Amino acid sequence: MKYTGAQILLECLVREGVKTIFGYPGGANLPIYDALNHYPSIHHVLGRHEQGLTHMADGYARAGGGVGVAMATSGPGATNMVTGIATAMMDSSPIVCITGQVASYYIGYDAFQETDITGITLPITKHNYLVTDVRDIAHTVREAFYIARTGRPGPVLIDIAKDAQQNAIEWAYDDSPIRLPGYRPDKRPLPADLQRALELIHSAKRPLILAGQGVLQSNAMRELREFAEKTQTPVAVTLLGIGGFPASHPLSLGMMGMHGEAWTNRAIQQADLLLAFGMRFDDRVTGSLKTYAPNARKIHIEIDPSEINKNVKVDVALVGDLRETLQQIIPHLDACCHEEWIASIQAMKDEVRPRDIQNLPDTGHLYAAHVINDLWRYTNGKALIVTDVGQHQMWAAQYYHQDDPHLWITSGGLGTMGFGLPAGIGAKIARPNDEVWVVAGDGGFQMTMAELATAVQENIKVNVAIINNGYLGMVRQWQQLFYEKRYMGTPMLSPDFVKVAEAYGLTGIQVNKRPEVEGAIRKAQETPGTVVIDFRVEAEDCVYPMVPAGASLDAMIRRPTPEPEMEFDEI
Amino acid sequence: MQHTLIALVEDKPGVLNRVASLFRRRAFNIESLTVGHTDQPGISRMTIVIDSDQVSTERVTSYLYKLVNVIQVEDLTARPTVNRDLAMIKVSVTPTNRTEIIQLVDVFRARIVDVSNDSMIVEITGDEEKIDGFVEVLRPYGIIEMVRTGMVSMLRGSTALTTLYQNGNGNGNGKSH
Repeated sequence: MKYTGAQILLECLVREGVKTIFGYPGGANLPIYDALNHYPSIHHVLGRHEQGLTHMADGYARAGGGVGVAMATSGPGATNMVTGIATAMMDSSPIVCITGQVASYYIGYDAFQETDITGITLPITKHNYLVTDVRDIAHTVREAFYIARTGRPGPVLIDIAKDAQQNAIEWAYDDSPIRLPGYRPDKRPLPADLQRALELIHSAKRPLILAGQGVLQSNAMRELREFAEKTQTPVAVTLLGIGGFPASHPLSLGMMGMHGEAWTNRAIQQADLLLAFGMRFDDRVTGSLKTYAPNARKIHIEIDPSEINKNVKVDVALVGDLRETLQQIIPHLDACCHEEWIASIQAMKDEVRPRDIQNLPDTGHLYAAHVINDLWRYTNGKALIVTDVGQHQMWAAQYYHQDDPHLWITSGGLGTMGFGLPAGIGAKIARPNDEVWVVAGDGGFQMTMAELATAVQENIKVNVAIINNGYLGMVRQWQQLFYEKRYMGTPMLSPDFVKVAEAYGLTGIQVNKRPEVEGAIRKAQETPGTVVIDFRVEAEDCVYPMVPAGASLDAMIRRPTPEPEMEFDEI
Repeated sequence: MQHTLIALVEDKPGVLNRVASLFRRRAFNIESLTVGHTDQPGISRMTIVIDSDQVSTERVTSYLYKLVNVIQVEDLTARPTVNRDLAMIKVSVTPTNRTEIIQLVDVFRARIVDVSNDSMIVEITGDEEKIDGFVEVLRPYGIIEMVRTGMVSMLRGSTALTTLYQNGNGNGNGKSH
């Protein structure tokens, strides 16, 4: 049977299990849009900006929907995707971006809406393709999905020339094995290294697990817990590792790093063994490398060999899938306890809790930490939280105590403002029965708030909590702490978000005092459509503790000690 | 110090760009890079000389492996190899020094490939030191133009890098596997 390139593309997408395409049409992908009429099993979600499309595909993938697919036209459509692709790359999120390209015979002649998107995205994709021949579409799509979801996942871009979309050939789907001689994601650790790792584990007195996103991506939550409980090893999580280990577990230390818990960062500095599980020793996690965990041996279990010894030199590297590797190790673990070590961490917790944990009384001001904590309480800790980037993101990481995996989506590596709302829409499409809350700042929300229209058009309910402090808060915090409060460029005027919501036909609520928080959250939960809550929080609050960039991990700026008469909040 | 890496890559459009872009992005300096076909259809061979320490060389090796089109990478620096660079040197000649230059060409086992009234093109192959030495000897006569291919390198003995790959031994960066 004869198929056009566009039909072949869609046939292949169907076979990859694609149910949703986040797209935007234009001149160079019109043949694909025309063919979409005949593929009712694929739902097309029209975004409002191509950056939003890539974040939607990313949120969809991270919420467990499988490989997310975003589609745009050539030129500006493609370049608008760049931020979302880079975001997915830094956070190892499996998405496939399909861009239309001008006809092959125009490529290189600066045709209308021509851009070299494969060249542009070369360093921010796991791999990319330029397809100029209809016969290359099918195997390219299969390779792209395979590469995106296997090994260390990541974004793959396919740029398809318009004539390749239009040309028709005799074609039948071919599911013979994919041949990629240079791509071998199925790595396994060497037995000698496993043996060496066991020796280090069994001789450790002060071990500590650093759990990253790899725990969630390799589905190793059970194995992590088994390992931690059997060896009585405390577990700290990275920003993207949140949910990989229950926050309420007695061995949980919470988040590490720049805005990690004080006891966690101190424990890392005191540990004699670090077990890095699916994390990459990012600079926001380590602080100064010169002084990082000076007493610790390090075991690194990681699927990407290029992460081994990249930032932190390790004693044992186990390259492979985390879950499989832990399954190999666990049967050989001796049960043990580290009572002294755990007690010493508990002492650090007790010492810092009164000053670091939110203990601000209701002074008539609304604090973001209170809002997040209330959100956690009134959603029973079961909501899927999708954040933007900035102070609210850190507060959400600190005060929304995630016990379950895959309920936390945030832009970590790239720190992309504008990520929250579109990623939340994508996540809701992947998990329609989940209660989805987008937590965003007033700055980041305004970067992509046009996607509210997408939510309306798709009849999607997400709840949006804007932590509105009238500043680009995290930058303002740096200006406060490191630039003597010279607030250049950070005070920010916002529209009336209630009216913005209403303009989109949605419900908007403004909250100014803590007693109003519960009612607003409840109302959002009860309202059928998307609700935008504008939380007018304290303008000049800071995220504590904070390790200044490049400082030693235990050199933290702490929240000023509260006045003695302040009453503590139970959490 | 100089490290010599061999990369066997799929012969596909843009592969050279991917490799070159990687070195740029990760802030490595390429001293020389050559690429050409191998005896196996669809597989090209790159010889990349970088100025870098051992740790950085291991890093760049693992980054190269992240490129889907890169099949195998070997660091030949500390191994017995034959290394060859080819240079064409256009040198000024006069009737009085012509014979002298021809004698130097013979001493270095170079070849004269073009002659005009006032110039000659000399072709020389060898390792980089030999060519550097020859260039210095010719310099006083007046070098008009020079071109070098960059180094290519091959393991001594009967082992081939492609054989390593086909046996499944060359599947990654050394001890991580």
